[in-house]
Amino acid sequence: MKIALTVNGEAREADVWAGESLLTALRDRLELPGSKNACEQGECGSCSVLLDGVPVCSCLVLAAQADGHEIVTVEGLARDGDLHPVQAAFADAGAVQCGFCTPGLIVATDDLLRRSPDPTDDEIREALSGNLCRCTGYAKILDAVRLAAAR
Amino acid sequence: MDVLTPRTLEEALTLKAVRPEAVPIQGGTDLMVSLNFDHLRPEVILNLNEVAELRGWSRENGVLRLGAGLTYTELLHGEVAEALPVLAEASRTVGSPQIRNRGTIGGNLGTASPAGDALPPLLVEEAEVELASTRGTRRVSLGEFLVGPKQNALSQDELIAAVVVAPSRQPQTFMKVGPRNAMVISVCSLALVADREHGELRAAYGSSGPVVGLVRAPLDEVGSFAERVAAAASPIDDVRGSAAYRRHALGVLAARALERCLA
Ligand SMILES: Cc1cc2nc3c(=O)[nH]c(=O)nc-3n(C[C@H](O)[C@H](O)[C@H](O)COP(=O)(O)OP(=O)(O)OC[C@H]3O[C@@H](n4cnc5c(N)ncnc54)[C@H](O)[C@@H]3O)c2cc1C
Ligand code: FES
Ligand code: FES
Repeated sequence: MKIALTVNGEAREADVWAGESLLTALRDRLELPGSKNACEQGECGSCSVLLDGVPVCSCLVLAAQADGHEIVTVEGLARDGDLHPVQAAFADAGAVQCGFCTPGLIVATDDLLRRSPDPTDDEIREALSGNLCRCTGYAKILDAVRLAAAR
Repeated sequence: MDVLTPRTLEEALTLKAVRPEAVPIQGGTDLMVSLNFDHLRPEVILNLNEVAELRGWSRENGVLRLGAGLTYTELLHGEVAEALPVLAEASRTVGSPQIRNRGTIGGNLGTASPAGDALPPLLVEEAEVELASTRGTRRVSLGEFLVGPKQNALSQDELIAAVVVAPSRQPQTFMKVGPRNAMVISVCSLALVADREHGELRAAYGSSGPVVGLVRAPLDEVGSFAERVAAAASPIDDVRGSAAYRRHALGVLAARALERCLA
């Protein structure tokens, strides 16, 4: 079936299978592999995108449900090839190892900082509680968020 | 497989009447897991996201009508949270921000899991479920709606339209036991209302029996209430905890909840 949606500010169309997730549609149909597929059950957050401005797990959204809606993926955050400030902060703070969790963390962090530019540690922990990282460790990730906020 | 996306409740009910096998999807936080892992291959999916009537909430003569599509995030703050703090507290414990942004009370009722965190709060607040079909709407108490583990009283042609509740506005709280603070299915949970107005204590336990259960007692029997809650539950041993642990924990939660609500 056909769906029409806005992705990273651009009107896009995709031919999707009725039962597939938005994550699959983004990665396999729309050539946006930034959002990662790790668990497909909402546990890890590596597939996080903004749906109408709200962070969601794209693995838990039916692609057909995104028809007519607006999606922002991690690819939509960088401007003209320059790293987004949150991306730069993650790189500078050493908060990236394998990088699999990073796109989801970037999307969640960017959302947090737009709502709360100077978050407390509790707010950061809460905002990132749906994002798992198996290698870097959360200390450096928290450093990266604090660095992004400070900048 | 096919996805049908109605724009109005009327259209949704007509589709459900014509295609009773259609599986509704709201936030997808339960259903998508089944689809992704091939546990379910429905012929037709009924996407309720575009049905405006299922969204939001309204109030009439002090009675709240919470649309089936109300998300946990929407339940966290504002007037509904003020009227139903026990439901707001429970919503705060659900999954992660991403899950709370999509997961709905209608979906929690649809899944009807004994671990559903919206259920104990709605049970102690004596909520009713509004079920709609092209035949009309009916209201059943939440207790009647939850007929078994992951089984509810929906007929094939019906949709959950709303949850209707007259907030007690009495001291109330929700507690949940789990291995960590975020992203946990409860080992056991408890919602409690100390209803001074009606001289009654009400507690509902989750993850401690085939369905979420309600226990009532007169307010003056507060001394034995925690024990009574623990005794009423029928927990099982599973990967998340033993029956004995759950029963013990429920007693502890009930005692703490009473302390909090009667202070
Ligand atoms: C990572 C993760 C963590 C979670 N944590 C928790 C938690 O802490 N506590 C908790 O209680 N739950 C939790 N859940 C489960 C889930 O988020 C909740 O049960 C949620 O309320 C489901 O709502 P939904 O709108 O996403 O449901 P959906 O997945 O859209 O639907 C769920 C079921 O209800 C049916 N349904 C939906 N709407 C209607 C309707 N209007 N009429 C009739 N049937 C309908 C669907 O057909 C389906 O069977 C978690 C899930 C995930 C993936
Ligand atoms: S892939 Fe979606 S949450 Fe893990
Ligand atoms: S850097 Fe590897 S999972 Fe986070």
